[in-house]
Amino acid sequence: MSVQIWTYGFVFLTFGLYIGIAIWSRAGSTSEFYVAGGGVHPLANGMATAADWMSAASFISMAGLISFLGRDGTFYLMGWTGGYVLLALLLAPYLRKFGKFTVPDFIGDRYYSQSARLIAVFCAIVVSFVYVCGQMQGAGIVFSRFLEVDITTGVIIGMAIVFFYAVMGGMKGITYTQVAQYCVLIFAFMVPAIFISIMMTGQPIPQIGFGSELTEAYGGGYLLDRLDGMSEALGFATYTEGQRSTQDVFFITAALMFGTAGLPHVIIRFFTVPNVRDARRSAGYALIFIAILYTTAPAVSAFARTNLINTVSNLEYSSAPEWFSKWETTGLISFDDKNGDGRIQYVGDPVANELNVNRDIMVLANPEIAELPNWVVALVAAGALAAALSTAAGLLLVISTSVAHDMLKCTFMPQITERQELLYARLSIFVAVLIAGYFGINPPAYVAQVVAFAFGLAAASFFPAIVLGIFNKKMNKQGAIAGMIAGFTFTAGYIIYFRFINPAADNADSWLFGISPEGIGTMGTLINLAFATVFAKLYPEPPAEVQEIVENIRLPGEAIPR
Amino acid sequence: MSDANANSYWKSNIKLVLSLMAVWFFISFGCGILLVDVLDNFRFGGFKLGFWIAQQGSIFVFVALIYIYIHQMDKLDKKYNTSSSATESSASAEESS
Repeated sequence: MSVQIWTYGFVFLTFGLYIGIAIWSRAGSTSEFYVAGGGVHPLANGMATAADWMSAASFISMAGLISFLGRDGTFYLMGWTGGYVLLALLLAPYLRKFGKFTVPDFIGDRYYSQSARLIAVFCAIVVSFVYVCGQMQGAGIVFSRFLEVDITTGVIIGMAIVFFYAVMGGMKGITYTQVAQYCVLIFAFMVPAIFISIMMTGQPIPQIGFGSELTEAYGGGYLLDRLDGMSEALGFATYTEGQRSTQDVFFITAALMFGTAGLPHVIIRFFTVPNVRDARRSAGYALIFIAILYTTAPAVSAFARTNLINTVSNLEYSSAPEWFSKWETTGLISFDDKNGDGRIQYVGDPVANELNVNRDIMVLANPEIAELPNWVVALVAAGALAAALSTAAGLLLVISTSVAHDMLKCTFMPQITERQELLYARLSIFVAVLIAGYFGINPPAYVAQVVAFAFGLAAASFFPAIVLGIFNKKMNKQGAIAGMIAGFTFTAGYIIYFRFINPAADNADSWLFGISPEGIGTMGTLINLAFATVFAKLYPEPPAEVQEIVENIRLPGEAIPR
Repeated sequence: MSDANANSYWKSNIKLVLSLMAVWFFISFGCGILLVDVLDNFRFGGFKLGFWIAQQGSIFVFVALIYIYIHQMDKLDKKYNTSSSATESSASAEESS
């Protein structure tokens, strides 16, 4: 059977499953719609968090990016997992104890201020929209390459599916579909990784294969040594050595960690478990489920890079394999025979290099490059869709709760009934899906960088405000508001300047302290903390009842009623 | 829980969190970024040590840190009898109804 038939099969099967789950888990109340009724088992929540978290970027792009970045790719690996330590130790248990529906709920109540709540709503919506566009575009790439429909049709199909189960089931539907999506995506990621690891090193566990010797057919010697050698011979950077400055890697890693801990769609997942103890547990499960993919990814990167160089270097163009020409038609691989010898020269020197490979396709093309069976190739497509849709759904829910709950119910229209609130929540998902779909079809220029933008902003706005709210009883509204505004403005300004206003200056010489826009969120976090501390000193302490709330959330006991 | 108990519970919690965070910082930012070139002089199997910590080892440590935290907090909850699980699950059942 051809790859396309297999892909159609897997996609129909998995989409049918998601729709079935959505029908089974319809939401009847706002509590079910926002936090799945607060009764999700920590194991299920761990899986849902992992699927929520691992987006098209983790599944499709990350291993590919690392295979081109080599050791510098570390900031994705450590940044996107290390943040869970912060989440588990500093945020999740206390926010669960606080026991409301959203992140702006916490900010608004803890800082006894509607302005603080609205600033938080604004940050949550901006961050989530930026992030959701990347997911829609990821889904579009998969549809266009594997189902050979055009990107617009692909995005519309994706939107329709997400819309269906998000509107119907709210958080409850999303949670249980995410559990299914986690299973699909991890299976789809691991199967080809294991296949390739066995093929190249004879070792079924990719994490170990990563540090093993290649089989005879691949020329023997340790994989990483061999990769270093090949890279050097062709004029690429040595794979296991860093190219970026230490402070830049440091700041990017920190920005991704703080951002992870500050992303509202991840935080709200911890509102869905029954109690504080389960919130802690659930963070542990989530990181294990994430770590399975994240410790495999660097191995996949090294395998894919070795395989790519082995396959295409000095290959006669006319005898290029089928996958090569298929990706060429999508424009994601391009070959320009500069010296006219009919062979592919793939080298580090940009003048002599004749092959351009888009980083995003490494994971998707990897099984084909390694000549794995068709069903494995198709499985990867289904997994990539699961990753994109699960994250998109989680983000859309944040947008919907921010509008219906935080803006309407808590601020502008407090008199609406629960039924009306639910209706508004569903309506806002509808509008959000349309906007996200529009950006999926007409993506802003640099999607990967725009996603990094979301992390920087979350790091500079939410993370410090929430941590201070829990660990500093005397932090008042003036401090929190000043901090959030200063952190957000600084980070957004820096990124917008280097990415959009003056991209010509986007190089290490003109960056502040050599920190790239991806890493500036860390600076934003520090600025937020500094402003918060100074402003908090200038104004009176928070009222006694607020300080009491803080005392209360520090103890696990009974949750404060919603 | 009395105020004095609440205070010492919180202090033990902070102490635990700070010591775990110290390990978190040392492994990720210390070994994985600042000292990575020094550690690369050591090898095991096909890995340079620094490279391995940066790309895989640190993630295993992160998982371990969260589990140590869960375990120690359970012990702390028991010691102070905060009854996080027992009374609260009934409370949240009422909430959702």
